[in-house]
Amino acid sequence: MSEDPIIQLREVVKTFGTQRVLDRVNLDIYPGRTTVIAGGSGQGKSVTLKLILGLMKPDSGSILVHGRDITTMNRREMNEIRSHFGVLFQGSALLDSLSVFDNVALPLQERTTLGREQIRKKVLATLIQLGLIGHEEKFPAQLSGGMKKRVGLARALQLQPEIMLFDEPTTGLDPEKTMEIYRLFHETQGKFGYTAIIVSHDIPKVFNLADQVVVLNRGKLVTFDNPEDIQLSQIPEIQAFVKATMGHLYLSSDLE
Amino acid sequence: MKKINVELVVGIFMIAGFLCFVYLSLQLGEFSLFAADRSYTVSADFDSISGLKVGAILEIAGVNVGRVSAISLGKNERAQVKMQINKEVPVNEDAIASVRTQGIIGDKYIRISLGGSEVTLKDGGRISETESAIDLEEMVSKYIFGKV
Amino acid sequence: MLLQRIENIGELTLYYLHDLGRMGLFLLRTLRGGVQQPFRFRAMLRQIREIGANSMGVIFFTAAFTGMVLGLQGYYTLRKFGSEGMLGSAVSLSLLREMGPVLTALMVTGRAGSAMCAEVGIMRNSEQIDALECMAIDPFRYLLMPKFLATMISLPLLTMVFNVVGIFGGYLAGVKLLGVNPGAFFNGMEQSVVNKDIIMGLVKSLVFGLLIVWICTGRGYFVHQIRGAGYGAEAVSRVTTQAVVISSISILLWDYILTAILL
Repeated sequence: MSEDPIIQLREVVKTFGTQRVLDRVNLDIYPGRTTVIAGGSGQGKSVTLKLILGLMKPDSGSILVHGRDITTMNRREMNEIRSHFGVLFQGSALLDSLSVFDNVALPLQERTTLGREQIRKKVLATLIQLGLIGHEEKFPAQLSGGMKKRVGLARALQLQPEIMLFDEPTTGLDPEKTMEIYRLFHETQGKFGYTAIIVSHDIPKVFNLADQVVVLNRGKLVTFDNPEDIQLSQIPEIQAFVKATMGHLYLSSDLE
Repeated sequence: MKKINVELVVGIFMIAGFLCFVYLSLQLGEFSLFAADRSYTVSADFDSISGLKVGAILEIAGVNVGRVSAISLGKNERAQVKMQINKEVPVNEDAIASVRTQGIIGDKYIRISLGGSEVTLKDGGRISETESAIDLEEMVSKYIFGKV
Repeated sequence: MLLQRIENIGELTLYYLHDLGRMGLFLLRTLRGGVQQPFRFRAMLRQIREIGANSMGVIFFTAAFTGMVLGLQGYYTLRKFGSEGMLGSAVSLSLLREMGPVLTALMVTGRAGSAMCAEVGIMRNSEQIDALECMAIDPFRYLLMPKFLATMISLPLLTMVFNVVGIFGGYLAGVKLLGVNPGAFFNGMEQSVVNKDIIMGLVKSLVFGLLIVWICTGRGYFVHQIRGAGYGAEAVSRVTTQAVVISSISILLWDYILTAILL
């Protein structure tokens, strides 16, 4: 690959108590591409995400964003790096005290010098695009899970992030809503061209979107540049994981 | 009906709290804001004022006419007491100021007995005749052990 | 076995030291959040309504009954010495110096402190605080500073309301019910109360306000790192209980310390 990676994890170690969740992990993420981080629960998927976001510090190793190490940064530098990121949290993490409109407007109000009217226009445009118009006065508690995700996505896209991180974007949604989220993801990525990192259990469906799949297992990270390869892995834990999460897919290829 | 907004509620709350503060400090604190305009200050030296506090009241014939505004150590190891007295109440120069106690264990106050002179004291004047606090313990010990 | 026990004690000591340091840094970061722009004035107003104005009812009732009880108790105690005339000064001094600031702080802890702790705890649990950080919005400026200022503005005001209502409660019980001379009641009050007493109450309520908001929001903020609290809703409920208990104890502790310093 000729391009430089946008995010690099170098020998990252993270321990909780006695459990080593990440054990000297290396990972390269290239611009414009979609990376899926998979693995059983408790294998450190969300931890990896939080490390990249700078919400946690690794015990050792370095994390480079645009070639700059974020583990040694102070707050101000970190905030500058964070303006490149957009995040869709697992539970959407909308502020309960703000309406849908105010939630989406929040990053614009706090991070830009735009006037009231400009913010209003921009927010309404995004709400229309994500099919949220008519709900802007509602509060997060009045929304369904799928709607919250859409509002969360709208909020994350306000500052045109270079990198979007999705933490379990489809957990707790029915298959129809799941497809809708992936459709929105596809649409918005096509429009904004962001680099995507998706933490997901939803292996078969995410396959279609992924350029690269990494599986976390016992603190180690195995990268598959071609998602199909994951089924051919000889590591027993990964075989078990594949069997558990996409049994039908595995079986269908097995039958041939 | 118009919705009661945040500003109104907070405004009412803050005014209520502040009024209570003003009431307490004007009504109960030793100086009211207006006291300075309505009173004049005289001073008096006592041999002992044990127990007298700033804010203690001044009485003439049992009527409250002012307050003690400052206590300091004056010349010859005597206590100098500054008193604010209502403007309407004239005190003449041969008045006697004495430190008294309300009841047996009550607060100390100053009683002023007016004299017969025609000359009244002005702001900053001085009452020269004073009677010090009666020391209860001293009296009791005198009574028990006889004169020491 | 013995070694294990010593190890546990050491670990626990380290944890509590760590916890204290964490709370200290939390306070410093909030103070730093206070000087950053933009200042969220409307959010602070909303918090004053929540913490201050909405506590008025509770404070009113507590104060009225505290004052009446003081009047009643004071009367029967003072009557033994034949000094019913001192009732006014007894009621007003106990209210201004002790009962007012302490009871107001305890009521606000129970009413608003617990709510703040649970709110911040839930925001932590549902990743709302992480979301703020990821949007490069300082949660200390955005979320916590309005709460700190609102509590420290509300508590002294509530204390003053408590004092005034309490004094009238005492007046009601002492003068109207038990027949103490009203002149003696108010006169005694005016004589014995000095500015220092009012200032002492004010200083106390400011310190208590800081303690309440610091401990309650701090516990909520660290809900995911508190030892033995568990996870999710259970953790929030445990931490809220902890916050109320620690706040109340700190209030009483600091009441003693401040009285010793200021008296």
